[in-house]
Amino acid sequence: MNPAPSIIFFTVASGAGYGLLFWMGLLRPLGLVPQTAGFGVLTVGIALALTMLGLLSSTAHLGRPERAWRALSQWRSSWLSREGICAIATFAPAGLFFLALAGQSEWLALPTGLLAAAGAAVTVWCTGMIYASLPTIRQWHHPLVAPGYLLFGAFSGAALLATLAAFWGAAMAPAAIAAVLGAVAFVLKRAYWASVDAGPPLATMETATGLGFIGKVRVLDPPHTETNYLLREMAFRIGRVHAAKLRRIASVAGFAVPAALLLLALLTGGAFAGVFAVAAAALVTVGLLAERWLMFAEATHTVALYYGAGEHAP
Amino acid sequence: MPADGGATDRIVYSAPIGDEVKTTTCYMCACRCGIRVHLKDGRVRYIEGNPDHPVNRGVLCGKGSAGIMTQYSPARLQAPLKRVGPRGSGEYAEISWDEALETATGWLKHIRETDPKRLALFTGRDQSQSLTGFWAAQFGTPNFAAHGGFCSVNMAAGGLYTIGGSFWEFGEPDWERAKYLMIFGVAEDHDSNPIKIGLASMKKRGAKIVSVNPVRTGYSAISDEWVGIRPGTDGLFIMALIHELIRTDKVDGEFLVRYTNAPWLVVRNPGGADDGLFARDADGKPLAWDRARGAIAADTADLSPVLVGEFTLPDGRVAKPVFNLMAERYLGEEYAPEAVAERCGFSAERIRRLAAEIADVAFNQTITLDIPWTDVWGRKHETMVGRPVAFHAMRGISAHSNGFHTCRALHLLQMILGAVDTPGSWRYKSPFPRPIPPGPGPAGKGAKPNTPLAGNILSFTHGPDDLLVEDDGTPLRIDHSFSWEAPLGLHGMMHTVIGHAAKGDPYKIDTLFMFMANMAWNSAMNPLETIDCLTQQDENGDYVIPHVIYSDAYFSETVPYADLILPDTTYLERWDAISILDRPIGSAHGPGDAIRQPVVEPDRNVRQFQTVLIELGARLGLPAFVKEDGSPRFKDYPDYLTNHQRTPGVGPLAGWRGEDGSKKGVGEPNPNQLQRYIENGCFWRHHLAPEESYFKHANATYLANSKAMGMQGQSNQIVLQIWSEPLQKFRLAAEGHGTKQPPEALRERVRTYCDPLPFWYAPLEQQQHDTEPFPLSAVTQRPMAMYHSWGSMNAWLRQIHGSNKLYMSRERAAADGLAQDDWVWVESRSGRVKAQLTLMEGVNRDTVWTWNAIGKRAGAWMLSPDAAESQRGFLLNHVISEWLPSQAGPRLANADPVTGQAAWYDLRVKVTKVAPGEEGVTAPHPDVLEPPPDMPDPPDILRFNAGGQKP
Amino acid sequence: MTSLPAPSAKKLGLVIDLDTCVGCQACATNCKEWNTSGHMAPLPDHHPYSAGVEGVWFNRVHSYEAGDGEDGRTVHFPRSCLHCETPACVTVCPTGASYKRAEDGIVLVNTDICIGCQLCAWACPYGAREFDEDQGVMKKCTLCVDRIYNEHIPEERRVPACVSTCPANARHFGDLGDPDSDVSKLVAERGGMELMPELGYKPVNRYLPPRRAPKPDAGPPKDAGPLPSQITNPLLRWVDKVLSR
Repeated sequence: MNPAPSIIFFTVASGAGYGLLFWMGLLRPLGLVPQTAGFGVLTVGIALALTMLGLLSSTAHLGRPERAWRALSQWRSSWLSREGICAIATFAPAGLFFLALAGQSEWLALPTGLLAAAGAAVTVWCTGMIYASLPTIRQWHHPLVAPGYLLFGAFSGAALLATLAAFWGAAMAPAAIAAVLGAVAFVLKRAYWASVDAGPPLATMETATGLGFIGKVRVLDPPHTETNYLLREMAFRIGRVHAAKLRRIASVAGFAVPAALLLLALLTGGAFAGVFAVAAAALVTVGLLAERWLMFAEATHTVALYYGAGEHAP
Repeated sequence: MPADGGATDRIVYSAPIGDEVKTTTCYMCACRCGIRVHLKDGRVRYIEGNPDHPVNRGVLCGKGSAGIMTQYSPARLQAPLKRVGPRGSGEYAEISWDEALETATGWLKHIRETDPKRLALFTGRDQSQSLTGFWAAQFGTPNFAAHGGFCSVNMAAGGLYTIGGSFWEFGEPDWERAKYLMIFGVAEDHDSNPIKIGLASMKKRGAKIVSVNPVRTGYSAISDEWVGIRPGTDGLFIMALIHELIRTDKVDGEFLVRYTNAPWLVVRNPGGADDGLFARDADGKPLAWDRARGAIAADTADLSPVLVGEFTLPDGRVAKPVFNLMAERYLGEEYAPEAVAERCGFSAERIRRLAAEIADVAFNQTITLDIPWTDVWGRKHETMVGRPVAFHAMRGISAHSNGFHTCRALHLLQMILGAVDTPGSWRYKSPFPRPIPPGPGPAGKGAKPNTPLAGNILSFTHGPDDLLVEDDGTPLRIDHSFSWEAPLGLHGMMHTVIGHAAKGDPYKIDTLFMFMANMAWNSAMNPLETIDCLTQQDENGDYVIPHVIYSDAYFSETVPYADLILPDTTYLERWDAISILDRPIGSAHGPGDAIRQPVVEPDRNVRQFQTVLIELGARLGLPAFVKEDGSPRFKDYPDYLTNHQRTPGVGPLAGWRGEDGSKKGVGEPNPNQLQRYIENGCFWRHHLAPEESYFKHANATYLANSKAMGMQGQSNQIVLQIWSEPLQKFRLAAEGHGTKQPPEALRERVRTYCDPLPFWYAPLEQQQHDTEPFPLSAVTQRPMAMYHSWGSMNAWLRQIHGSNKLYMSRERAAADGLAQDDWVWVESRSGRVKAQLTLMEGVNRDTVWTWNAIGKRAGAWMLSPDAAESQRGFLLNHVISEWLPSQAGPRLANADPVTGQAAWYDLRVKVTKVAPGEEGVTAPHPDVLEPPPDMPDPPDILRFNAGGQKP
Repeated sequence: MTSLPAPSAKKLGLVIDLDTCVGCQACATNCKEWNTSGHMAPLPDHHPYSAGVEGVWFNRVHSYEAGDGEDGRTVHFPRSCLHCETPACVTVCPTGASYKRAEDGIVLVNTDICIGCQLCAWACPYGAREFDEDQGVMKKCTLCVDRIYNEHIPEERRVPACVSTCPANARHFGDLGDPDSDVSKLVAERGGMELMPELGYKPVNRYLPPRRAPKPDAGPPKDAGPLPSQITNPLLRWVDKVLSR
């Protein structure tokens, strides 16, 4: 699949934003993050900015962004519709949460924070399910995809939270959470890759054309000599060497190293913790961009089979 | 509850397609299908096949269905132009029609008053040759032809000199009844939709289709068996089949005796002036050897001939029946399956098996129709018995320098099987069959100033006396057709005109006048050499071809090389006749013809070529185009179509003749004739009665009715010619007999190739150069969506074929170290082209091929210079040579030595990987062409919508 | 609603005969010319006269080779919307623009409300969705919904444009929900195939597989006549053969 920058940015940014919101909503009542208005406004503000930027970015992918509101109607069947509804619905408690923190209204901050956290989790789950629900792309139609979205969002949110909290000298809890999530993310992603690498293609040129009973099927001529929308969108191919390199960047630089840095931050504390946390958050961002890019680039769509651009059996 | 998109979707289920529908005839290729053009607010909304039309019966192919984009292309020429810069520069000034016609008249008048043959009128893919040829004769120049010599004259000549009909236009398989069809060299080819309809119906019936073709695409793809032959060896394969059939005694002796010249006696007198001619009686009738009566006229009704033996005639001469000579030749070891197998590229067993299959269907699965009919001897037959084996062949056979004999061999095969115009076999399309050969010799001798030539310019030589040559053998025609170089050059040799004109061989011309012929690109065998000729200047700086007039509707590669451009209309803006005098749309079911009518008004300052030609004729005072007072006889082309009479009562259109429109074929002009055509969907057809439907060459009812309708001048039996006496006459001349003698340099060539019986020889080009370094045959095929058209101005079709690759056998590529998508040089003895490789399974191992006419010159057709057509498209033509390898004697065309057919399939090449850094763009890549002035800017997004419901 | 309607009894669709399709592209261009002024008008073409020309087409014809060497076959393969019974392209649509008709099973897009998210294109395994980048909305084969019920068209031609124009009779239209329809019978007779049935979309359109001619015997048939060695001079047989007209 074509790794469209708007979608990559959208999913990474909104994942981090919702992750941040989730952890703020959850950790603040527990007193595990700084309780000051300044920290609250900054953190939830960044979370809201990231989710909003993400949403805006996603509309860049639309052919008719002015009609985006129509996407809210089909919640009964469409994960995209559900995502939109959840995202918008989450803005209500998140906005109130922001105001409550700014106004130091603790009575409002608790329920709105928890509701925002719940909304964030559901929204990211929906995002994951948009991909996981597509039977045409086996790398997406996989049980680890939606949990992965949730996990990576939570991880990047926690890392971001730890970075921010480090400036208040209180990164312990989010750093600990992020370190654990980073390790889990590393394992999950590795497990996912192992699983998709071992999995057979959904279909072959032989089944896509029904001509397998004659023998091996090869393309003689494409329908048109120039490329087309489907090929650009869905027949994106990435070299194996290149993919392996990006996988290492995503899993090591994006998950393992940040987890270790956050662990170091826990151990060192103080100013060092801040440095480690900032470095971790930066690496997470790079890693997740790589992970998301790969998520698209390595995904194979059955339509590519008709153009002879299908994946080869492992 | 969320709203359903369907609840609010505005679907208009039952809107009229347009506000008007008009019928006409398609011209996106040569197939001539009937179309219905739906118009909305004066724009073309939808073009569909006309369900009532006999050619396409409602279907329409990929090209015809894309006609809208041809109609509205930005490459349409806008107004008459005169050249103001050097040829090729694209510097033009727009001029008025008056100035354009005056200029042309000035040039042409001078020529006509001094030396008419200095005008060469060549008309490409013209469908109005009955007008253009007639105009040329009226002008007085023998230098006229269309593109048949480039295309398929081998098929036409091979057929017309053998069975009095031919494949495609003059014959078709019995699609309803054939049980076995073998097609040779038919990719997407003449004729398009009827073949598709026919193949589908045959497959539905479970008939077997065998395709003999180096490449497995198109029709070969759906055939039941693909025979991946090496190009140029079809004749060997066919003669091996004949060998097998004679050897195994699978021969329809009765058919041969009744309908062919198999029993005719051929004089055996080696060295004598009568050697190889038919023994004739005092009345000139050919003789046969009757079992009881000895030598008697071969047309005797109760003849019981002996087919084998040597007989002494009453006058003491010795003679042998044609059958005997034929059998001797094909039983020869050189035509045994074992001898030909390797060369053809498949096993001897396979040849024997195919021969046996054919024989089985022909002789064990005969078809009997309970239709009584009467033969030319007046005998009634209760049934029509047929041998349901049909053949069809096209350019894969035609475009070789051995194509004429190969085609004749195929007709011999049909005759041996008794499979000519019988139920289930190949059938004549009316008005064929015609006498063999069909007409008198070609006009062109004695051209004089201000004097029309009598007769048809493109006609039929019967022997040396009909050749258009000076006493010393020098050709009279600029293209050398009907000379000793191409004695049966029925369609002219468009491919040699420009080369000969530039060289002044045999003389200089003044004006080259062309219509619809992309001679500076894909219609030339070698485009760059042709461009050299068009731009060549003499020592004074004058062009060696002083004037070039060109009429085309589009900005093709040829436009920049003309001095005067006469912009033509599109096919939807014009009148035309698919004329009974030329190449009508008759079928096995009866004769027919058709018209085109304008369905949209031109929105440019353009005029249809035929109307312009008629006006030029009047301005020049050509007798048939002016009244006695010198005023124009015809207002325009439709006026000509209605009122022109070639002979009394016979005009361009056969339907609704006579003042009240009640006559067919022959009758006075009918002022409402075109209207009657329009009312009938723009076509006319006459249905043959069942008793006329088969054995037309010997069917008394058919022949009498055909004569009565003016389709031919006689109603005698048309005896199919195994042994071709006209060819033998040329051979005798080459052996020194007669007054008309070939030049010494050509004597041996004429003697060899004017063989009265078909034989196989390696293509001339391959005989004359070392093919060792060039191991691969290279051919082209037309893709279905671009068949018989070359314009990349069509925004839809160019999406389907915007560039082309070189196809090669996967196995061969592996052996040669080549891989998919490699960039390669394709090199022949005369040049090289660069292309990208693609590999396939279904191609002869020793053959490479590509789609033809996809590569375009940068800038032409109003395509941007970076368009795929010029960047990744290529023409194989660049490595084809117009001339045979140089040798002693005259420069000779790379063509069939009998018919002059361009031999563009004889090409041999080698394929090697390009040097690093050479990949990416095809070569050669001549300079970008500049468009003429005032062409519209092509849009960057095309949103064609003629009346859609959701604009 | 983009939830699917209850399965319709009527399942209009196409049956495409890969045995006779010659790859002429008639279905593709006739579809284009009908539909560019039809229900989903226009079908735009980007860079129509320059590099990278690319247009919206509802019907595209591929060419494949199946099998190796002479034993293989070249197959032309028209590809368009299969009007699936359980099309995910419909259920993923967030706006309801993509819908399947309850009355005849045709899958359509309401371009008035489509937002161009293109998720339906991702959800279609067969590549039937065509994005109009000019208008920013998704388009697709309508099964010529503006032809098949059109009373201005003679009844026998009230079929999709691709079907009415096909010169090789390789396209058939009808109700695949009715086991007695001509198309259903054709499918039953010829073993009509579903494409990628394993994906569970239940395509309505069917493809008739290329027929494989039985492999001919290698050698000549038994009655092929005398062997070369048995004939000294085949011509001699003709000397005494009595032939008459």
